[in-house]
Formats: sequence, structure tokens, C-alpha cells
Amino acid sequence: MNGAHDMGGQQDMGPVEYEKNEPVFHAPWEGRIYALTRAMRAWARWNLDADRHALELMPPADYLRMSYYERWVHRLAAQVVEYGLVSKEEIDSGKAAPGSSKATPMFTAATSAGWVNRSIPSSQDPTIPPSFKLRQRVRARNINPTGHTRLPRYARGKTGVIVRDHGVYLFPDSNAHFQGEKRQHVYSVRFTATDLWGDVASPRDSVHLDLWDDYLEPA
Amino acid sequence: MEEDRDHKVLPSDLALRVKSLESLLVEKGLVDPAALDALIDTMEHKVGPRNGARVVARAWVDPAYKKRLLENAPAAIAELGYTSGQGEHTLVVENGPTVHNLVVCTLCSCYPWPVLGLPPVWYKSAPYRSRAVIDPRGILREFGLQLPEDVEVRVWDSTAELRYLVLPERPAGTGTMTEEQLAALVTRDAMVGVVKVALPASRDHP
Repeated sequence: MNGAHDMGGQQDMGPVEYEKNEPVFHAPWEGRIYALTRAMRAWARWNLDADRHALELMPPADYLRMSYYERWVHRLAAQVVEYGLVSKEEIDSGKAAPGSSKATPMFTAATSAGWVNRSIPSSQDPTIPPSFKLRQRVRARNINPTGHTRLPRYARGKTGVIVRDHGVYLFPDSNAHFQGEKRQHVYSVRFTATDLWGDVASPRDSVHLDLWDDYLEPA
Repeated sequence: MEEDRDHKVLPSDLALRVKSLESLLVEKGLVDPAALDALIDTMEHKVGPRNGARVVARAWVDPAYKKRLLENAPAAIAELGYTSGQGEHTLVVENGPTVHNLVVCTLCSCYPWPVLGLPPVWYKSAPYRSRAVIDPRGILREFGLQLPEDVEVRVWDSTAELRYLVLPERPAGTGTMTEEQLAALVTRDAMVGVVKVALPASRDHP
């Protein structure tokens, strides 16, 4: 979706605000929501792509106004209700409903290493052939899906060159909506800065994006 | 009192909401508080840019290691004992006299956790995410780095599950330094590509 999160190329966002000796978390609650978010994913009710999409679905004004971890608080509170782990009444009251069942945590201190080290699915699956070859010229398709996509607006319709085949990955546009993994090749595609931005860019510079087969067409 | 970085929502409200959410999820048996503590401890104390700095320093002193790092970064990084989520598909991109690499995630906040830890606020912020792809040289100037026109700025937008670590150039005048001394020179910012690695006397952030 063409949301506020798709920031590449937007202008007038101000200078980069740098903080010297920045702590990992600025307050204890940031660490707690970080850890809660990771631990709750172990229930596998949603996946990483759905997690990313949940942030994209926030109203744009909220997305831009909130701090990074504040967005995470809103996301997790919404997800546990949406996916049926907690009722709306329980979220509002902060108490489990009387007589409700008690689960056994999926993600424990003993099993956490296994979860944290678990790989993002990918493979060199030879049964899924690549659609494109190294050094082939390709065009990023001009798509404007209303759901999740990892093809940023700024690259759509632009032409680049395949410089690396990363192997096979799940397709986020379908996986985020639980509509199948649609495993396919992901490539590093090199776009010249001038092809993306015109004369304001330096003719030497380039931007590389990692793009799935379904985002590309021969150029 | 916690610092209110954005001056928009009282941090105490957020602290209370997270506390309430956590106690509910614990009460329902959905999370284990000890596991949360372990996750936070890992991010605060075990992973972070010191890991990446050791990888870079090793690559500077050991050409065979550098070759392995550029060919298969996850395996080479694991040789130093660093493995954990979000780094399975790390790629190392090398700076040189004619190429300067810069890493961004325009769509969210993708970052190579095992070698750099969690990203700083500026990396996740709208100003950096919006401008790194359209005006990378402007971003670099804000960080104090003015690159000649004949150097290619190569931006890596982390749109998939690949995670990028910049291998900075080893500064001149470090020929006699040990691997450990070299690692101490390597900053998080240099491994994202917004600055170069400098000698201590000349290192200064804007």
C-alpha cells in the first residue's frame, strides 16, 4: 500500500537528529514492548510480514507522530485481540476474564535461544527456477497494491540491472495476508541514481534494492 | 522521570500501558517474564556494534577471513561466535577508494542485529529513511563526510530479508595496531556507512 511508511524519496522531513551515546532502550517500557513483541510471535498466529504490515495499517498521522516503540505498543495490543489470544474487554481492563483458560508460554527463558536463532525462511531450492539472469535489464513493475508490498514507490516503473541472485524467499505480498508463501527468487537490482531521480542525482551513484520475481519484468 | 523524546505522549502513560499489557499476557500464560528479561539482556549486553567492530578488524588483519566474509558473511560472522535473529542473510559490502556504501531501510527498520544490535533512533527516523536514497551525499555531509564526485555512493535499501554491513576502509597510519586496537576504532556509524573510520585524534561527530 502507498502508505506513510514508504518513505524513500520523500522530502522536507527535516535533518537527521543524532543522539550521542544513545542507549539501546530509552526507557524500560521500550525494552518490555520489544521483548513482548518478539515473544508473542512465537505463537505463530501471525508472521513477520504480517507484523510489518500491521504497522503500515496505522493511520498515517499516527504513524508519523508516534515514536518507533509507541507504534509497537499499539500494534501488539491490536494483534492479540485480532488473532483471538485476548479479548477486547481483557485489554481494556488489563485483567484476564474470570474462568478464562491459562496457556503455557511458548517462548520461555529455556527455549528462547531456539526462537531467537530461528532463521527467516529462505533456500536455494532448485525446483523453483529464477525468472531472470545476472546482468539482465529489468523494470520494476508499476504496481499499486492496497495490501503489503516490499516494492517501494520510488522504484516502480524504473529500470535496473540484476547484479545478484539471493536465492528463494517467501513472497511478502501474499504471506503477510496468509495467502500462501509463493516462494520465488529475490535479486539485488542496481538502479542508477539518475534513472531513479533524474538530474538532481550524481551520475556515479546507485541504489540497490532486493526485489522478488513478481516485482520485475524484462526491460 | 523518563525523557520524553518526542514531547507528544507522556512516557508514563506508555509505561503504564505496557505494564498493563505485560501483566495481562503473563496472567493468561502467553508470555514468560523471565524470557522477556533474557531478550532484553541480550540486546542490551550481548549484541551490539562491538560485535561488528571485531568482524571488521579481523577482516582488516586477515585477508583470508576477509575473503570468506565477503563471500559468505553469515558463516564468517559465526566463526567469531555471533549468531542470532535477523542476521541469517547478512551481506558485507566493502568500501574502497572509488566506492562508498550506505545502508538504509526505507520501508521499516531492517538492520543486521547480530553484528550491530538494535538500530539507533536516527536510522529508523523519517529524515534518514526518506533522504538516504534520494540525497545520500546530503546525508553524508550532515554526518561530516564530504565525498569527492568521482567516488560512487552505493546505497543499499534493505527491502527483503538481506541485511547489510559496511566493511569500512582501514584508516592510514594504523599499520602497527593490533586487531583489538583496530576494533576499538570501528564505530556503528561507519558500519552503516554514514561516516568513515577515523583515528582517535581526528574522530569527531558533528
